[in-house]
Amino acid sequence: MFLKESAIRNFWLNLGALALLALFLWGAEHFANEYQVRLLNNMAIFVTLAVSYNLVNGICGQLHLGPNAFITLGAYTAALLTLTPQQKELIFILQPLVWPLSQITLPFALALLCGGLVAALFGFITGFPVFRVRGDYLAIVTLGFGEVVRVLANNLQSLTNGPLGLKGLKPLTNLWWSWGVAAITIILIRALVNSSYGRAMMAIRDDEAAAQAIGVDTFRHLMLAYILSAFFFGVAGGLLAHLITTISPTLFTFFLTFNLLIIIVVGGLGSTTGAVLSAILFTLAGEWLRIVEEPHTLLGVTIPGIPGLRMVFFSFLLLLVIVFFRQGLLGRREFSWQSLGRFLRRFSAKVSTGHI
Amino acid sequence: MLEIAHLGVRFGGLLALEDFCLTVPVGGLYGLIGPNGAGKTTVFNVVSGFLQPASGTVIFRGQNLQGLPPHARTALGMARTFQNIRLFGDLTVLENVMVGFHCRSRAAWWEAVLRLPRYGREEKRRQLRAWELLEEVGLREVAWEPAGQLPYGHQRRLEIARALATGPRLLLLDEPAAGLNPQETLELLQFLKQIQEHHQLTMLVIEHNLRLVMELCEHLTVLDHGLTIAQGPPAEVRQDPQVIRAYLGKQ
Repeated sequence: MFLKESAIRNFWLNLGALALLALFLWGAEHFANEYQVRLLNNMAIFVTLAVSYNLVNGICGQLHLGPNAFITLGAYTAALLTLTPQQKELIFILQPLVWPLSQITLPFALALLCGGLVAALFGFITGFPVFRVRGDYLAIVTLGFGEVVRVLANNLQSLTNGPLGLKGLKPLTNLWWSWGVAAITIILIRALVNSSYGRAMMAIRDDEAAAQAIGVDTFRHLMLAYILSAFFFGVAGGLLAHLITTISPTLFTFFLTFNLLIIIVVGGLGSTTGAVLSAILFTLAGEWLRIVEEPHTLLGVTIPGIPGLRMVFFSFLLLLVIVFFRQGLLGRREFSWQSLGRFLRRFSAKVSTGHI
Repeated sequence: MLEIAHLGVRFGGLLALEDFCLTVPVGGLYGLIGPNGAGKTTVFNVVSGFLQPASGTVIFRGQNLQGLPPHARTALGMARTFQNIRLFGDLTVLENVMVGFHCRSRAAWWEAVLRLPRYGREEKRRQLRAWELLEEVGLREVAWEPAGQLPYGHQRRLEIARALATGPRLLLLDEPAAGLNPQETLELLQFLKQIQEHHQLTMLVIEHNLRLVMELCEHLTVLDHGLTIAQGPPAEVRQDPQVIRAYLGKQ
């Protein structure tokens, strides 16, 4: 009885939170400037990516270093499907785009879905060799697939337009799409992690041999996490493509993966809440730290703007987190309405007794 | 229940097991003893599917297990524990047991994600039965603790409870009394007899503690350097000159 009541209460609280998010997005759409909207879109895409990445790295405990491959696939697939035949003819000047892609134009939602499905299919195919190995070897194999996709994108002229990339995509990604996808990703992945399947995945993380011994088909569970995350990487890739409207292979290097890795490690490996917060902070920090790349005059000394200095600061921040928060900001803790309630009760008790 | 015939295992040039045969009848309480490095755990690893034998067959409930991975063997009704306890340290005691029930789950992952009725029913039953199991092994009070933080004796019990959650007919216990004091060993003996009766188990136990095996098992197999040197009821095996030599050295 008790469990049932709290489940119903959580449902309404979640719905309320979503309504608040919708209200916020509506406000942002009407009152925020273009720069802020773009930042919010970026944020949502990184939240989606981080939460999916955390499923494989944090929940299953496998060091997967190839999300950039899936993001590339999603971005290119979705982009090729939303461009009109005329645009494609203009873009592919060296070699024409292969039929039937050259003729198809799909609505944005279907294009995103196809991006996700192509990425998931690639996940299914690569999953077999990837999960034959573990640990460092798995990291190297996934890293390799990431590079393979980038090199293919660079050289398959008639499919990707090579290094020239695709230009002139419609800026279809708006706040509703980006945050809608982020919300769905969080809800679905949380539901998976909190289910019997999620428990089995965490069991694999803690002790794979023991998990096998009590009947967990480790290959199937790892594949499930890997393919699901691939799907969301693909969708997020499609969103990213239609946010920046120009894509080329240089956009999806290992650095993208590396940024995601920083995000989930800082947030706390295994914590979805941590991944969300960290992705938001990461996007904001990336903008705030632009200041350090501008020329400054400090105590009469003029420092010229150094592009890339942001990354030095990022490394430093990462170092601080590793030294002082070994488990990341949240460790493996998760947000729940119960814990928020406990915190508020404690807080109000302190206020009423005058301790604050 | 379990028929092992002419099993042979080699690690490089080292002979880990040669021509090992053992038949465990339904409901049997069988023991596997021998000095360190005799090949006892190797037998377990082959039976539970972690190791492929060079020769020989393992037949479980009438089915040849050749080439089956560990999880498939568990699904057939076999569960094991490990010599060095292997719990899911970051999961709670309750979750550890619930993972054990997972292999009997029929709901697909998408049913779980969407919380469809079949998954809901299964999860509810899992929870109920997990609590029952924890009650039975006396870990109800610590259900919400992380498994890694339990005292040693509790961890042993939890590992057995987790194995029981998979619904086994055959339970393979690898040194369940390791690291326990005489009092705890006595309690373990009672506990094992109790669960054997309650769950109608067949048990195969590796143990160094001779008192425990003599009391618990009705049949013993003694291994030394990968060879079977004696088989039979405990009272007989105890008298065997080869066994005495293996354990105490030559006179």
